[in-house]
Amino acid sequence: MKLLEVQDLEVKFATPEGDVVAVNKLNFSLDKGQTLGIVGESGSGKSQTAFALMGLLAKNGQISGSAKFAGQEILNLPEQQLNHIRAEQIAMIFQDPMTSLNPYMKVGVQLMEVLIKHKGMSKQEAFQHSVRMLDAVKMPEAKKRMSMYPHEFSGGMRQRVMIAMALLCQPKLLIADEPTTALDVTVQAQIMALLNELKADFDTSIIMITHDLGVVAGICDSVLVMYAGRTMEYGSVRDIFYQPTHPYTQGLLKAIPRLDTQGETLPTIPGNPPNLLRLPVGCPFQQRCGFVSEQCQQAAPELIEFAAGRQRACFHSFTNTSGSQS
Amino acid sequence: MTQVTSNAILEIQDLKVQFAIKQKGGWPWTPPAQLKAVDGVSIKLYQGETLGVVGESGCGKSTFARAIIGLVKSSAGNILWMGQDLTRYNETELRAVRQDIQMIFQDPLASLNPRMTVGDIIAEPLQTFFPNLTKPEVKAKVKAMMDKVGLLPNVINRYPHEFSGGQCQRIGIARALILEPKLVICDEPVSALDVSIQAQVVNLLKSLQKEMGLSLIFIAHDLSVVKHISDRVLVMYLGNEVELATSDELFNHPKHPYTHALMSAVPLPDPDKERDKTIALLPGDLPSPINPPSGCVFRTRCPQAQPQCSDIKPKLTGDENHQVACLLV
Repeated sequence: MKLLEVQDLEVKFATPEGDVVAVNKLNFSLDKGQTLGIVGESGSGKSQTAFALMGLLAKNGQISGSAKFAGQEILNLPEQQLNHIRAEQIAMIFQDPMTSLNPYMKVGVQLMEVLIKHKGMSKQEAFQHSVRMLDAVKMPEAKKRMSMYPHEFSGGMRQRVMIAMALLCQPKLLIADEPTTALDVTVQAQIMALLNELKADFDTSIIMITHDLGVVAGICDSVLVMYAGRTMEYGSVRDIFYQPTHPYTQGLLKAIPRLDTQGETLPTIPGNPPNLLRLPVGCPFQQRCGFVSEQCQQAAPELIEFAAGRQRACFHSFTNTSGSQS
Repeated sequence: MTQVTSNAILEIQDLKVQFAIKQKGGWPWTPPAQLKAVDGVSIKLYQGETLGVVGESGCGKSTFARAIIGLVKSSAGNILWMGQDLTRYNETELRAVRQDIQMIFQDPLASLNPRMTVGDIIAEPLQTFFPNLTKPEVKAKVKAMMDKVGLLPNVINRYPHEFSGGQCQRIGIARALILEPKLVICDEPVSALDVSIQAQVVNLLKSLQKEMGLSLIFIAHDLSVVKHISDRVLVMYLGNEVELATSDELFNHPKHPYTHALMSAVPLPDPDKERDKTIALLPGDLPSPINPPSGCVFRTRCPQAQPQCSDIKPKLTGDENHQVACLLV
C-alpha cells in the first residue's frame, strides 16, 4: 500500500472578487522512504497543497477530492482526529523558523509539549527525549539550549529546532514547506545534509516544497512541477532534469543562472504568471508558451501518463518540445 | 571585460561603518559597544563595470552599499567619487551627487510609494533635479524610460499594487535610470522575484547597462546570479573583504577557504552533479560583529586555521585580477 495517495485534490478559496482555485485536480502518491519534490513559482498552489493535507487551510478555503494516508482518508477530518494524525503521523516544517516558534516559550518547553500531549510522557522523560532529538539534529550544547528562547538562536539553529520538533514523534511523513528559503546558502547546505541523513536514519518519507531546483536535485526521488494550481509534469528527478518534456519545465530549467556553466544572456520565459482570478480558458501556461496553438486556448490539456512513471499535461507531442535538451 | 587601465570613477579607501549598540545589562553611563558592520573595505570601480558583492546575511554588504550613497554615515575612510571625497559632503551636496548615483532596492513593492501612480514615481527624480522641465517634456521622458524597461505606456496612471513583483522592480529600475546616472547600486534586486522573472530582470539590467554605459554595484546573496552579471566580484565576511577577483577567476579558481565553502554550498540544478559533489560544510555560526574574532575574522570557522591566524589580520594581496585576504594562500 502507498503511504500517501492523493486523488483529484482541489483547493478553492472564496474571495470577494470570486472563487480562486488554488489547487486544481492534483494527483500523486508517495511510497515509504520516498522523497517527492513539489516545484513551482509563487501562487502555483504548492504550499496550499501542503496546508490542505495538514488541515491548515484558511477559513475561506474548501477542499474536495481525496487524500489517503496509510489507507485512511485525511481530508476534511474533524479537528480531534486531525490532531492525532498531525505530529504523530505527519509533521510539517515551515518556511520561516522565527514566526513558527512561540517567542514567549523556552525552546525546551515547546519541544516537551509535543511529547507530553501526544505520547503522554512525563516531564522528565520528555526532557531526556527532547535533548536526544536536539543532539540528533546536531544542535551544539543541546541541554543548555533547552532553556533558551527562540530569539537567542540563529536562523539555522531555529530551523534545526523546527526539524527536531517535527521528528519528535517519529512521523511517517514529513512535509517541508520551503525549509531553507529564509537561510543562507552555507546554512542551507547544513540543513539539507541533515535532512538527507535523517531520511536515511528514520526512513521518513518527505514532501519537499520549494522553488529552488538545486534543492530538489539534491534530495528528491520524484518531482511534481506545478503552475497556476495544475500539474504540468511529473516524473523521476533524473527524467525531469535531464529530459524535461513540458515547455514550462524546460523554460524554468534554462532560466536559472548556474554556477557550473557559462552563458551570456539567460533564456527567459516571457510574461508573468497568470492571475488566478482571471485564468485564461484552456492551458494556464498558454500566454507564456512558445509552442502555443489554437487547441491550447480551447481546453486545458489532461495530465497523461506518456511513459512509465512519467506524466505531463501538454498537447504538444514529446518530440516537438524536447528538441532543446540541455 | 573592463580595462583596468581606465580611470576609476569610484574609489573607496578603507571604508568603515560602525553602529553604536547599547550593551546588554549596561548602566546608562556605560559606553555603547561598537558593531563593526563594515570594517575596512577598499575597492575601485571603473566606468561601465559591474562589481558583484556577495556574502551571507550580516556580512555588511547592504551597509556597504548604503554607505556609498550616504544613507548611513561612514565612521572612517574615504569615498572618492570622480576624485571628490563624499564623506566630507553635507546633506545638500550629497543630494546633488545622487543624480549620478542611484539605487535599486530589494523589496520591489515596499520601495514604491503606494499613493503615487507609476508615472509620478518615475517622474519624481526628474522634477526634483530639473524643476524647469515642462509637464509634456517630463511625460515624454517618462514614457521613453518605461518603454526601455519593458513597461507598456498605458500603465502610466496605475498604482504599484496593481503590478506583480517583477513589474514593480521594472518601475524601480525606471525611476533609478531616468536621471541617466553613472552608477547604479542594486541591493538584492532579484532576490524577491520568482525564477522565471528573475532572469528577465537580470537580462534587462545587463542590456540597459550596455546601452547607457552604466557602472553597477550588484549586491546579492545568490552566487549564481552574481556570477552571471558581474565583471568582478567582491566576497565579504563579517564586514571584511575576503576575496576580490574577476568573475572568471573567482568562480574557476577560488582561493579563500570561505569563498570555497560558499561556492560548494550552492545547490546545482543537476541531480548527478549535486549528489556527487563534496560540500565544504562550515562548522558553527557567524560570530557576533560586536565582538569579532581577533586576527582573521574567519578563523573560528576555517578548516585550515593556523595559530598565526589569531594574531595577524590578513590584508587583500595579489595582482589586479585576483586578490585574497588569507595568510595561508
